[in-house]
Amino acid sequence: MNSILGHLLVHLGLGAAGFGLVLGLIAGFRQSPRGLRWTEIAAYVFSAALILANLVMIWALLSHDFSVSYVAKVGSRSSPTWVTVVSLWSSLEGSLLFWAGVLGAFIALFTISSRGRFRDYMAFALAISLGVAAFFTLLLAGPADPFAPISPVPADGPGPNPLLQNHLLMVLHPPALYLGYVGLTIPYAIAMAAVLRGKLGEGWLVPLRTWTLGPWILLTVGIILGGWWAYEVLGWGGYWAWDPVENASLLPWLAATGYLHSAIVHERRRVLKVWTLSLVVVAFLLTLLGTFMTRSGIFNSVHAFAQSDIGPVFLAFIAVALLFSLGALAGRGHLLESEGRLGGVLSRETSFLLNNLVLLVFTFTVLLGTIYPLLTEALQGRKVSVGEPYFNQMAAPLGLMLVFLMGVGPALPWGRADLRRLAGGLGPPVAGALVTLIATLALGLREPLPLATFALSVFATVVALREIGATILAHCQTSAGAAAVLQRMAHNLVAGRRRIGGHVVHLGVVMIVVAIAASSSYKQVGESALGIGQSLTLGDFRLTYLRTEGREDPHRFSVAAHLALSRGETPLGELAPRLNFYATQREPVGAPAVRAVRGRDVYASLLSFENDGSQVVIKAFVNPLVSWLWWSLPLLCGGTLLAAWPRRRALPEVKR
Amino acid sequence: MKPQTRKALLAVGALAVAAAALGVLALGNIEENLVYYWTPTDLLAKQTSVQDATIRLGGMVQKESLVWNAETLSLRFTMGEKPEPGGPSVVVVSTGAPPQMFREGIGCIVEGRFDGQIFHSDRLMVKHSNEYRPPEPGEDPRKKYETLVPERPATHPSGGGR
Repeated sequence: MNSILGHLLVHLGLGAAGFGLVLGLIAGFRQSPRGLRWTEIAAYVFSAALILANLVMIWALLSHDFSVSYVAKVGSRSSPTWVTVVSLWSSLEGSLLFWAGVLGAFIALFTISSRGRFRDYMAFALAISLGVAAFFTLLLAGPADPFAPISPVPADGPGPNPLLQNHLLMVLHPPALYLGYVGLTIPYAIAMAAVLRGKLGEGWLVPLRTWTLGPWILLTVGIILGGWWAYEVLGWGGYWAWDPVENASLLPWLAATGYLHSAIVHERRRVLKVWTLSLVVVAFLLTLLGTFMTRSGIFNSVHAFAQSDIGPVFLAFIAVALLFSLGALAGRGHLLESEGRLGGVLSRETSFLLNNLVLLVFTFTVLLGTIYPLLTEALQGRKVSVGEPYFNQMAAPLGLMLVFLMGVGPALPWGRADLRRLAGGLGPPVAGALVTLIATLALGLREPLPLATFALSVFATVVALREIGATILAHCQTSAGAAAVLQRMAHNLVAGRRRIGGHVVHLGVVMIVVAIAASSSYKQVGESALGIGQSLTLGDFRLTYLRTEGREDPHRFSVAAHLALSRGETPLGELAPRLNFYATQREPVGAPAVRAVRGRDVYASLLSFENDGSQVVIKAFVNPLVSWLWWSLPLLCGGTLLAAWPRRRALPEVKR
Repeated sequence: MKPQTRKALLAVGALAVAAAALGVLALGNIEENLVYYWTPTDLLAKQTSVQDATIRLGGMVQKESLVWNAETLSLRFTMGEKPEPGGPSVVVVSTGAPPQMFREGIGCIVEGRFDGQIFHSDRLMVKHSNEYRPPEPGEDPRKKYETLVPERPATHPSGGGR
């Protein structure tokens, strides 16, 4: 029953998407209102069909309908309910179904929010997003069919990959990433509509920006939550390993971040139109490449699903999308001519251009390191991987340059800088950086890279705080009375929300940069076999082994080593790292224990234990400032929300 | 040539030089940081040329070769193509505790360097597959923790895998 219903919905969606693609293109070239109307209907039908198909699958999972092949693959009667729901995206077919459903939701939202506006672009934009939708639905109808009926019907299934049911973050990390990844389809469609239409008017810029900011922040959150999940589950004390699939999520983020910055130059100076649109296109193509890398099984990783047949189809689609985008940009890009001019060498524009350049170089180096093993294996038959040092050596200077530009950029005026004013403006941030440098040197830190990072981070922080303050306090006259000042500040907050939001996001980025520098440079590691009462000392922390306890859950067994944590003579409670045993996997899955103590994380992993609990082997880390990575989330989300908040009619009136 | 055109040409030239420099830098850096994926047979065939390379060696832990030193947390075993002794094989010395289910006869991957005699590893991973496969007699992991569950009789007869 669920199989038939699912198949019907997938095929309905496929038909609607294919119909919308063709009709939308025709309606776009002919500028036909009736054609647009029918394209919108096709978009709604696609969205409804794929969202319903997802609900059918969730229902099949919850009701343990093992006659559906995907349920038989990942379902299990012993899984807790949350694991069962999460199973929707825990394996290839289900994740593609979820993907198409999310795309359906995005397309529906996009259609509704643009209804009656942007009429000369919408047919193209819908056609292109439905084209992408048609491809993903085609995978669901053919090579990656989640609804295939199976017989005989098995009595029970194995449950999802144990690594994925080990932590609650698995509920949040994949959907956030998927939403970001899939969401970038919409700005791509918007950009290509502008290219096909041969114009990019002011009105069309707003949806482009808004529809990029949304997926961008979701991608950001997804990446950070992924790091958090790795940190809390994988047990090696880190959060980022330059795994090909981690890189796959970073690549479109870098390109989209480049777009968000060049869009500001574009709006302000009316230049760089093709360049800006190209960044959106690159970001989208990188999401396709990323999906291909995660879903085709060419990489062996936590994320890569088993070998599947979708690889060639996917590569073909990437090739089509690449050729279409390049062809359209090359053939019609000249229609989008610059209306303004760039300013002098020492100007705000230059800092944005350099930012774009650094981000693109960053994208290129990560991409090269990621696909290099594939290239050497295909061309030379060498089986290799690119080690982490390559990525770290390339990323560190590029990251520092970005932080530097983040500080210098806002201090530079548009057009041409007046050197004397510039020097005056840079005074306080430079002073802050110097004080930081002296303070960190006095604390005994000597490594050049983290020292430079801390100093530049303070530099960028001072600039961001000053910009936020200056924007909010603009035109506030204390003589006007408290009420008037407050009203003025509220007005400034609303009017300057984009700039303020941007700088709040910068503060979040600074937190991340500082956390990465501190945790990678000043980590302490220790490993030891401990009998009962013996302890492992790490800096001023001490972990003492107390006992081992086993526990039986419906879907797993777990063994926890209880350790007493103390700092000097002060007891700080217990840490209980575990090993979880799942019925479907011979090797246990670790669950490290983490305790934050004044900015430092004490992190313990249980490596092995004796059957009688007499001895355990513990690996422990002291990681400074890692929690700042997670604490950057409120700043990043809050800042983005502020920047993306839509303009509602006129601003509140303020008396001058 | 108009000054504007010359400016544009200069910019394009500078960008091309910068891109080429970046490409050379990145490729050189990649080649220095490669990790090779080899089996014991590959390693023995190429041993003269691999003194400084980081290698990921994959194979089987040969039976009756495992020595664990709990004092120094070091592990010594012979890695071969098959679990039975004999055939091409390499002696591995690995620092750090092995994972819980590490034992003789299983597949594993070690990462490190080969000095021509001994493979020195600082990272050891057990090869595992996510395919469902019922535990064989004698390897039911539940036996391990039944003794650790406090004040609770074993509810499942041991050996009855799910």
